[in-house]
Amino acid sequence: MRSLERWGLLAGAVLLVAVLPTLNVLPPGSPLRVSDFTLNLFGKFLAYAILALGIDLIWGYTGVLSLGHGVFFGLGAYAMGMHLMLEIGTRSVYGNVLPDFMVWNRVTELPLFWRPFYSVPFTLLAVLVVPAVFAWVFGYLTFRSRIRGVYFSIITQALALSTWLMFNRNAMNLGGTNGLSGFKSIFGFTLNSAATQRGLYIATALCLCGAYLLCRWITRSPAGRVLIAIRDSETRVLFSGYSPAAFKLFVFVVSAVLAGVAGALYAPQVGIITPAKIGVLPSIEMIIWVAVGGRGTMLGPVVGAFGVNWLQSLLTTHYPDLWLLVLGGLFVAVVLFFPDGVVGTAQKLIGRMWPPQASTAGVVGRPDEGRRPEEAKPPTNVPHIQAR
Amino acid sequence: MWKSLLLALALLPGLITPAVAQGAGPAPEIAKHIVDVASTDSDVQEAAAVALGKTGDRKILPLLEALREGSVYLRPLPGGKKETVIVGDKVSEGDKTLVPLFTAYGREPIVGPDGKPLLAELSTLEEVSTGRRLRVAIRPLIDAFSGQSDLANPDPATRGAAATKMGYTGDGGTLSILETALSKESDRWVRFALQEAAALIRLRVGTETERVAAARALGRLRSANAMEPLYQIAGDSQAPAPLAAAARDAIKRIERWGLLTQAIEIAFQGLSLSSILLLMALGLAIVFGLMGVINMAHGELMALGAYSTFLMQGWFAAYLPNRFDYYFLVALPFSFLVSATVGFVLERGVIRFLYGRPLETLLLTWGISLMIQQGLRLWFGAANVDVTSPRWLSGGVPVMIGVQLPYNRLFIIGLATVCVAAMYFLLFRTDAGLRIRAVTQNRGMAACLGVRARWVDAGTFALGAGLAGLAGCAITQIGNVGPELGQNYIVDSFMVVVTGGVGKLLGSILAAVGIGGLNKIIEPGMGAVFGKVLILVLVILFIQRRPSGLFAAKGRYAES
Repeated sequence: MRSLERWGLLAGAVLLVAVLPTLNVLPPGSPLRVSDFTLNLFGKFLAYAILALGIDLIWGYTGVLSLGHGVFFGLGAYAMGMHLMLEIGTRSVYGNVLPDFMVWNRVTELPLFWRPFYSVPFTLLAVLVVPAVFAWVFGYLTFRSRIRGVYFSIITQALALSTWLMFNRNAMNLGGTNGLSGFKSIFGFTLNSAATQRGLYIATALCLCGAYLLCRWITRSPAGRVLIAIRDSETRVLFSGYSPAAFKLFVFVVSAVLAGVAGALYAPQVGIITPAKIGVLPSIEMIIWVAVGGRGTMLGPVVGAFGVNWLQSLLTTHYPDLWLLVLGGLFVAVVLFFPDGVVGTAQKLIGRMWPPQASTAGVVGRPDEGRRPEEAKPPTNVPHIQAR
Repeated sequence: MWKSLLLALALLPGLITPAVAQGAGPAPEIAKHIVDVASTDSDVQEAAAVALGKTGDRKILPLLEALREGSVYLRPLPGGKKETVIVGDKVSEGDKTLVPLFTAYGREPIVGPDGKPLLAELSTLEEVSTGRRLRVAIRPLIDAFSGQSDLANPDPATRGAAATKMGYTGDGGTLSILETALSKESDRWVRFALQEAAALIRLRVGTETERVAAARALGRLRSANAMEPLYQIAGDSQAPAPLAAAARDAIKRIERWGLLTQAIEIAFQGLSLSSILLLMALGLAIVFGLMGVINMAHGELMALGAYSTFLMQGWFAAYLPNRFDYYFLVALPFSFLVSATVGFVLERGVIRFLYGRPLETLLLTWGISLMIQQGLRLWFGAANVDVTSPRWLSGGVPVMIGVQLPYNRLFIIGLATVCVAAMYFLLFRTDAGLRIRAVTQNRGMAACLGVRARWVDAGTFALGAGLAGLAGCAITQIGNVGPELGQNYIVDSFMVVVTGGVGKLLGSILAAVGIGGLNKIIEPGMGAVFGKVLILVLVILFIQRRPSGLFAAKGRYAES
């Protein structure tokens, strides 16, 4: 069973990393060819999948629902975007070394915090460090004061709202509502060539594999067990002598870094990053990817990010009015009828058909366990909570 | 107007003799001016018009107006003399154009020997030409007349507005009118407007001593309207030294007063924003305290309330246009009912399956909020809809010079107060409230003792939703109504819930006042964006000190 799972994952990884790009290189007209557009679209979805893995780590495994992950995604994307803007140089519309939006806003000199982004290593470092530091400060302040459950969710939502408001301001020198766009090249490679896009796609797929392995390693380590214990009863973990705050802070920072990486891969592939990607709605949309795929599973977020976004790109092209209704319906359906998501439900079915022989070691934290009330209530409250 | 007069005259020909209909004749010198006004010499004409205006005789007003409109004619009288008359609307009869005639003094219909209104053929009359210069000269005269009549209006607001207007445009002649009005006036605010207007006129046209005195008086009055002329004088190097000094002094006094009035206005706006937040947070807080349910669709329930108000307004405009002003009184309970019904259906339909799973409810209600939002957008369109305030909510009550408290905001504060009082009464003085509190404290035990916890939940949820509906109805009076309405307030109201502590009435009130007030205090100085960010930071820091809000549950009910 486990080896089967392992081989399946490996096959999936090879398909994503090697087969799809190879199919893209086939001559046009070949029936098996994957078009540039599709590959680019998949690249975007894979970036989202990295983000979803991070969310699964903090929500699915640790039981902390963050409604502000769009912020970390945005920080990574903006860090990369700033470098790409500077790389445009004098090839911009106004032919100025400054980015176009600064010329419009009558900024005469490059702001100080933009300068280090000329350097490639600094940019790559910033993609990781900026979201991490931000998440650490925010997480330290909130977890330390034992803000949990819905309180944490609400505070992170407010974080998303205020960051969105800040990034919308022209005075921030980050392009205001229009964000950063018009990128020409990345690290010297022209962005509108198919080869560069293919390279970006492969990089994204590799990053996804790396993120997957990282999350798998974390969740299977002893620390991962503590995370699941925190999800199921934080108070008991606390009384067992662990510090839930430290574990939560660690996972929060890791998931923020994953979000930042996702953002940095997203910006060059889509070619634009705006504040609209970091607000309240996108942040909560990311949650639904994980929920649909199946939280508390490793494969779920990847499947969810892929599936939901594919559905979105199909619907928004054909029935733009319907998308929000469908999205809302997805929330309702997934919470009411499929709390385990696609992957979780499939695992359950498989588990029922071929019951595991020895132990449940392969299944890390069944989502059922997460159905306990996050805010452990006095036992007197339990009789009312009905098993559906 | 004259048509109905004509009708009355036609119906009662025997009752009114021509002498009565024409009223008392003008005084001799007015009669002379009336003749002169029809002169062909434009200088004579203008002098006569101004002289007529100076008389202040109200019966002259129609003649001046007619002169502006060009409906003054000369009628040949038997004996070679000519009479100045005003003509009315033209009536065609065959190929002749007939006009009814009116006296120049008082615009009374001239009746013929048969007792019927006299109709003259237009071609037999001689038109009095009125040049542009004359019309320009007449305008302030008419304004003065209308200002004068407005000053006698029973409505103090009209009197005040007339006085302010005269202060801007009036000349030395207006002063005496203002003085007379001031001696008769008893309303404080109209008196202020009259004094201000008089001082403004003196500042413009008076002698130097008068101007200095006027500048001082304006400073004493804290007249914000006087800022501009005072600045001009203070900045004018030609101005005499004592006058400039007085102007600067006055400016300083007015500016200091301006700071005070601004502070009061900010406090008041903060209070009305707090009231809206409080209405929203009340519902959120009891529902969360009772059921552990975070209702992300609360903002959309508010939007539903606002759109219900919009629908009710449309219904009144279509079916009861005469009673339009009362639509808001019907809309209040209507929006409460609409939102409460939707809330009830939501609770019974989906939310009750998710008790004890707050994060799932959060996602579920968010999904529902998306659907409601998109539904509103599809049904009513993405643009904001227009909700007209009823007349009794427009305007405001002046409390001090430069500060007017708008009725609509006062109403919202009152509404929130009443709702809080009603909630307090319901929770702590009625059986239903006792049950709600019992279920909040210990659901299992309350259920064992015979409280139907499910129905308490549904009822409370509906109540909370209804309060959001009321908030939505109230917001139509001060803000825009669009599909995204709920989103704008939901985060702030959650901040209130978090800060105030869950399910705590007093905590919610204090937090709402604090956050609403802070919002408005920071806004003018640093902008709305920094306001929001700063409030988030403050809330996070605050929670460091008090993790369960202002008034945390203690003892056995504290979180496990």
